[in-house]
Amino acid sequence: MLTKKFLRQGEPYVWATSLALSMILFIVFLLLYVVLANGILVFWPKEVSQVTMTDGGLVLGEEIRQEKDPAGGGKRFQFKVGNRDLYGLDFKWVDARMVKTFSRPEDVYVLERQEHGNFYGFLRELQTPGLVIPAEKSMSLQMARDVIEPQRAEVSKIEKQIATLNRKVEYSNSRLARLRYKKEGATPAAAAVRAEIEEFKTEFDRLVGILNGKRTIVAANVAVLVDANGREKTIALADIVRCYQPNAMSWLEKCSYYMIRIKELLVAEPRESNTEGGLFPAIFGTIMLVFMMSILSFPVGVIAGIYLREYAKEGYLVKTVRIAVNNLAGIPSIVYGIFGLGFFVYGVGGQIDQLFFAENLPTPTFGTGGILWASLTLGLLTVPVVIVATEEALGSIPPGIREGSQALAATKFQTLTRILLPMASPGILTGFILAMARAAGEVAPLMITGVVKLAPALPLDTIFPYLHLDRKFMHLGFHIYDIGFQSPNVEAAKPMVYVTTLLLILIVIIMTSTAIFLRNRMRERFSVADL
Amino acid sequence: MSHPVNPIMSVDNPQVAVEHLNLFYGAAQALIDVSFGIPKSQVTALIGPSGCGKSTFLRCINRMNDLVEGLRVEGLITIDGENINDPALDVIELRRKVGMVFQKWNPFPKSIYENVIYGLRIAGIKERSVLEQAAEQSLKKAALWDEVKDRLHQSAMGLSGGQMQRLCIARAVAVKPEIILMDEPCSALDPRSTARIEQLIRELRDEYTIIIVTHNMQQAARISDYTAYMYLGELIEYGPTQKLFTVPERKETEEYITGRFG
Repeated sequence: MLTKKFLRQGEPYVWATSLALSMILFIVFLLLYVVLANGILVFWPKEVSQVTMTDGGLVLGEEIRQEKDPAGGGKRFQFKVGNRDLYGLDFKWVDARMVKTFSRPEDVYVLERQEHGNFYGFLRELQTPGLVIPAEKSMSLQMARDVIEPQRAEVSKIEKQIATLNRKVEYSNSRLARLRYKKEGATPAAAAVRAEIEEFKTEFDRLVGILNGKRTIVAANVAVLVDANGREKTIALADIVRCYQPNAMSWLEKCSYYMIRIKELLVAEPRESNTEGGLFPAIFGTIMLVFMMSILSFPVGVIAGIYLREYAKEGYLVKTVRIAVNNLAGIPSIVYGIFGLGFFVYGVGGQIDQLFFAENLPTPTFGTGGILWASLTLGLLTVPVVIVATEEALGSIPPGIREGSQALAATKFQTLTRILLPMASPGILTGFILAMARAAGEVAPLMITGVVKLAPALPLDTIFPYLHLDRKFMHLGFHIYDIGFQSPNVEAAKPMVYVTTLLLILIVIIMTSTAIFLRNRMRERFSVADL
Repeated sequence: MSHPVNPIMSVDNPQVAVEHLNLFYGAAQALIDVSFGIPKSQVTALIGPSGCGKSTFLRCINRMNDLVEGLRVEGLITIDGENINDPALDVIELRRKVGMVFQKWNPFPKSIYENVIYGLRIAGIKERSVLEQAAEQSLKKAALWDEVKDRLHQSAMGLSGGQMQRLCIARAVAVKPEIILMDEPCSALDPRSTARIEQLIRELRDEYTIIIVTHNMQQAARISDYTAYMYLGELIEYGPTQKLFTVPERKETEEYITGRFG
């Protein structure tokens, strides 16, 4: 009797609903926690420990974690010892029973290098042509590095100039190939292009000459370091990206180091098969992909939704189309990828090559994966969401509004553009938000329509024709997969996986919250809740 | 069932003349052989029980029924001698001439000002001075000016129900129609707002031909010059309001207006 009354009151159902919500929230927060906990402190400088072993050996490195030895016995520690060029591996397990003492030497250096990952060790001396300065008398390694920084910057500037030049030559070559294909290889126009290429080549040789000279000068400045066990290693100052003494750093210094690393992450190119350096090309690729996808798919989706709701005569055909559109959202994304590959890349792209870039064949221009095809594929994937959202938004407008407008001698089209679309815009924007979030997180279809692990150039740059829709691009989602599962050095790449994930989530949050902010403003403006 | 033609059903020089109007929703017939004339610059009320076809009839006059699928009209409706169902007639022109106010107020989610001048903007009028003048005049005619003149550019959604309905009247008036159709404009309003709108209708009578559907017989008696009583899709009786309410010719009318039926 009491239970019956209890059930009738509905309390248990309220609990069930709140339970369902808390479960979802729990999982979401767990995911965010894991990503944040692992990702946010990757760039915080960790202190370096020196372990003295019972057998007299020394291990120098960052303690990564400890766990129970799977081979039985006690605990074991994992250290990131770096010095890949000396040891072959960056990581080392240390059996806790073998440890005699732990210490934190103040003068230990951590070097981030252009190659071979980090170096952990101590400075012995600095060498510059004709001069050897022992560590006790020398300035700090960081200062020494800063001294040669202007020269190093010059070197990388020239390297960039050479890269730009290369791309210009590439472009001129393709123009020449086109002229030759049109059997105009002997015309003055072709001669002009040839002369241009010759000019580029002279410039190229000149730059390479300068570069080699500068490189030799810069490379003569080296630091001699030793590892924990006294093995010597000579490192060119120019190869050091950054160096610091974590055990001697104050909290403020650590903060500034952290900010520098974050900046590097956002603006620099990746190094060391993507496990180090920045993510700029991937960030750029992701945002540009979503942006292009939006431009290509949203207008089509909105127009299709308008037609279905406002103009199509309700009947079996429209019902079938509606069901089909709704079901499109349920197709696995890889299927869209395969369709994109077959239709856009090989079909449309192949045709474009035949018609406009025949001179390059058999090397494909548009007939291979690129950002345009990837955007179109993603557009196809997200367009059903936009159609459904548009239809629902238009459908939820009270019929009196339409009649009111038409009774004032507005045509159907005027009613649509002046009243209905503004009123439907918050709902349509909701569709955009869902579509954008989905597109930003989608990886599978990209893998076969144009994403690469390392793109030589961005799809948008300063070389004519500026927007290179045929170029391949990098993407944060694919980056996660690539460094997490395809990297030659998985252990070293792990922190980067978390950082990339965190970044991707942040970008999605920023993009969608902008859209949500816009939507809420429109909702306020066009609400007819009082009617 | 056919009634002998009531001699009063035709007035001299009607502005809107309806002849043998039949209307079908698919197979169902909603209006049966309706014929009468509506005089210019008078208030004509359509009364009758719910579902008798008075709203459907009203929506025939500005062809709002075009929007309804599966609806078919037979017979003739002329306004100033022009057949409004003529395929060559521009329905937009017709609706400019015949404004409409709905039972449920339906202002657009725009500012008060934009609501009033919506019809003018649609007609392509761009001069600011013209629009502003029209907005002021229309709001004054709709007896709303004093209440909203200080917040013309605020959202119309902040108005009360009665104000919104008067805004809808102002909006209809702004396009300078000749005829205004009103579909139970007061049925969702409190007595005070109703009184204001009734007074407004009386004031508008001089300039416009008003055809109003109401289920409130007292209202019809108060505001209209002519009254038509409809029942089950047929026009039962039509005549000067005073006569219809005091000495109805037909028994059905008498039963309805005295409350014994309906």
